[in-house]
Amino acid sequence: MSAPDLARQAWLAVAGVVDPEIPVLTIADLGVLRRVTENEAGDAVEVQITPTYSGCPAMGVITLEVELALARAGIKGAVRTVLAPAWTTDWMSEDGRRKLLDYGIAPPGPAAGRRALFGVADIGCPRCGSRQTVQVAEFGSTSCKALWRCEVCREPFDHFRCH
Amino acid sequence: MTTTSIAVRETPLVLFLLGRADDALVLGHRLSEWTGHAPMLEEELALANLGLDLIGQARGLYALAAEAEGAGHSEDDFAYFRDERAFRNVLLVELPRGDFALTMARQFLYAAAIDPWWRACMAGPHAGLAEIAAKAEKETAYHVRHSAEWLIRLGDGTAESHARAQAAIDLLWPYTGELFDPVDPALAPTPDRAAWLSAVDAVLARATLTRPADGWMQRGGRGGRHTEHLGHLLAEMQSVARAHPGAVW
Repeated sequence: MSAPDLARQAWLAVAGVVDPEIPVLTIADLGVLRRVTENEAGDAVEVQITPTYSGCPAMGVITLEVELALARAGIKGAVRTVLAPAWTTDWMSEDGRRKLLDYGIAPPGPAAGRRALFGVADIGCPRCGSRQTVQVAEFGSTSCKALWRCEVCREPFDHFRCH
Repeated sequence: MTTTSIAVRETPLVLFLLGRADDALVLGHRLSEWTGHAPMLEEELALANLGLDLIGQARGLYALAAEAEGAGHSEDDFAYFRDERAFRNVLLVELPRGDFALTMARQFLYAAAIDPWWRACMAGPHAGLAEIAAKAEKETAYHVRHSAEWLIRLGDGTAESHARAQAAIDLLWPYTGELFDPVDPALAPTPDRAAWLSAVDAVLARATLTRPADGWMQRGGRGGRHTEHLGHLLAEMQSVARAHPGAVW
C-alpha cells in the first residue's frame, strides 16, 4: 500500500466517528476532523482533531473512538489535538447543517457571540419553520447548544450556538 | 493529606502561564459551586457552562506551562498537587461566590478585562498562547454578554437587587487592580485598564450602579500570597486526588 493510500484509508476509517452528544453528526461533518498524515515510513498515520470549545468534554470519547476506528481498520496511528486555526461553526459542512435540522436542532447562523447586549438572534423553528421563536436560555444541555421555543408550534428546540 | 506537593521549576514564562491558568481554574471552580444552588435551572446550566469554558481554558494553559517547564508535570499535577502558596491567581477569583449578584458582578469584571486581553494575545509573542486565545476569546464574548446583562437586570431591577449589585461592586472593586499588573512584553500583552474602565462604565451606567472610587488595591495572588479563602477551596478541590494519587476514571 502506498503512503497516500494509507492516509486516505485512515481518513475514511475515522470520518464516520460521531459526536457523542449529537450522534447524527460525524466528526467530518463538524469539522472536528482536521487532517490525516502518514509518517515517512508510510506505515502509520497521525489523525488531527480540534475541539469545538476549550472545555468540550466529548474530546476524550472522540479520541478513543478514533483510536478504535483505526484499530478496526488495522491501521497503526495516533491522535493529536490541534487548536489552530480555531474551530468556528463555519467549519461545519452543509451536509452537517442539513442533518442537524433534520434531527431537530436549529443549525448555527452568523457568529453571535459579539451580539449587542439583550440583542436577539433570528432563529427558525426546526420543526415548523416559523421565525416566531424565543430564546429560553443561552446556555443549554451542552456547551454548543442554546435552548429555544417556537411560539407557533409551541415545541422547545435546541439551537447549535454560533461560535 | 498523605501526598507531597510537586516542586515547580519557576521560570518567568512558567509563572506567567500558571497565573493565568490558576485564574481560570479557581474561577471555574467557584462557578461549579453553584451546581444545585442556582436561582433557576437555566442559570444553573449557564454557570456550569461558563465554568466548563474556564476549566477548558485552564487545561490548555496548564499544558502550555508543562511544556515550558519541561519537568514532566501534567495538567492534573498543577491543579491537584500544588499548595496554596504555589497558586498564582489574582485574589479576585478566589473570593467566596457570595450571592448571585456577587457572582455575576465578579464574572463581568473579570470577563470584561480578559476578553480584550485574549484578543490582544492572538497577536502576541507566544504562539501557543495565541492558539488558546483564539478559542478563548469566542467563549469569553458570551461570558461578557451574559454577566453584563445580569448586572444590568439586577442593578436596574428592584431596590433589593440594586442594593445587592452595588454592594457586590463595592466589595470587589479593590480586588480588580491586580488584573492589570504589568506583564513582561516578551511574554504577553498587559491587560488594558483604560479600555476595561470604559466598558465597565457603560454597563454600570445602564445598570444604574455607581463605580467606586479607586483606592487601596489588594494584591498578592500573583506572588502566591492569598486570602484565607483559597486554602479552603483547594482543600475541597484537591482532597480526592490527594487521597488517591494516580487514580484515573
